[in-house]
Amino acid sequence: MNVLDAVTADQIRTDLPELASGDTVRVSAKVVEGNRERIQVFEGTIMRLRGGGIDRSITVRSIRSGVGVERTFKVNSPRIDKIEVVRHGVARRAQLYFLRDRVGKAASLRERR
Amino acid sequence: MSIGIIGRKAGMTQVFAEDGTMIPVSVLIVEPNTVTRLRTAERDGYTAVQMGAGTAKRLSRPRLGQLRDLPRVKHQREFRVDSVDDYQVGQEVRLESLFAAGDKVDVTGVSKGRGFAGTIKRHHFRRGPETHGSDSHRQVGSVGAGTTPGRVYRGLGMAGHMGDARATIKKLTVVRTDPERNLLLVKGSVPGAPNALVMVRKA
Repeated sequence: MNVLDAVTADQIRTDLPELASGDTVRVSAKVVEGNRERIQVFEGTIMRLRGGGIDRSITVRSIRSGVGVERTFKVNSPRIDKIEVVRHGVARRAQLYFLRDRVGKAASLRERR
Repeated sequence: MSIGIIGRKAGMTQVFAEDGTMIPVSVLIVEPNTVTRLRTAERDGYTAVQMGAGTAKRLSRPRLGQLRDLPRVKHQREFRVDSVDDYQVGQEVRLESLFAAGDKVDVTGVSKGRGFAGTIKRHHFRRGPETHGSDSHRQVGSVGAGTTPGRVYRGLGMAGHMGDARATIKKLTVVRTDPERNLLLVKGSVPGAPNALVMVRKA
């Protein structure tokens, strides 16, 4: 193992499910409000998967009160409590930017079986 | 001035801080160094500790003669100190005896060579227009006025050799030390390519 991978190896999380773009996920992230910490849940479709190793990140897109909201999470961050995969969607690319131009049913992906 | 230690640059990566922020780090491989010589004011006119690192496959006879029964070190560098009383020749110096997470360090190395570089790369000059009939794409521009002063001022930025020079980055924060793997992680970049020799001193 090369030295750089060895340095980050202990911070790479192995407790998370396998993630693929197109999946609908529920991300539980720890957020600090004032002086207390709580867990905030964000559910949506993985619109973008990028990076590898310690730098791996996902962008989750969902429609909130009629507005498209995208949040990016560093997958290996210690601030992420857990990630649950709700549904596997069919996606043929890692970056699903076309979802931004679609509304309603057109913005949904077929389920993978 | 305090003593420093010789290491190698492994490269850069990122680590997470406890609050989830990513810290860009340079990973330095710092194997235990050996004190190979002490410089004293009486004998040499200055005080310094000479450190040795690495293992040489072959050494010239003069260097073998200097090292005698010391380990056959590949690299030797001197660090100026106020007093050499705390050190003996042959003493082993490990990174954890000098640095701990949170310390500030200066890292010295030889920067990557850029060859003969133009003024844009070398001095951050601006470039000329690329189109509309312009030919001054990456030209230097004006180097001064005409008859008065009738010469080009000294120190004006021009094209020339860039890099491959000793460079020191000061006050880098130590993010982590890993004595088992002989690793030192400092925040930010350090001079040189991977595998380049670096010297780490307390800031």
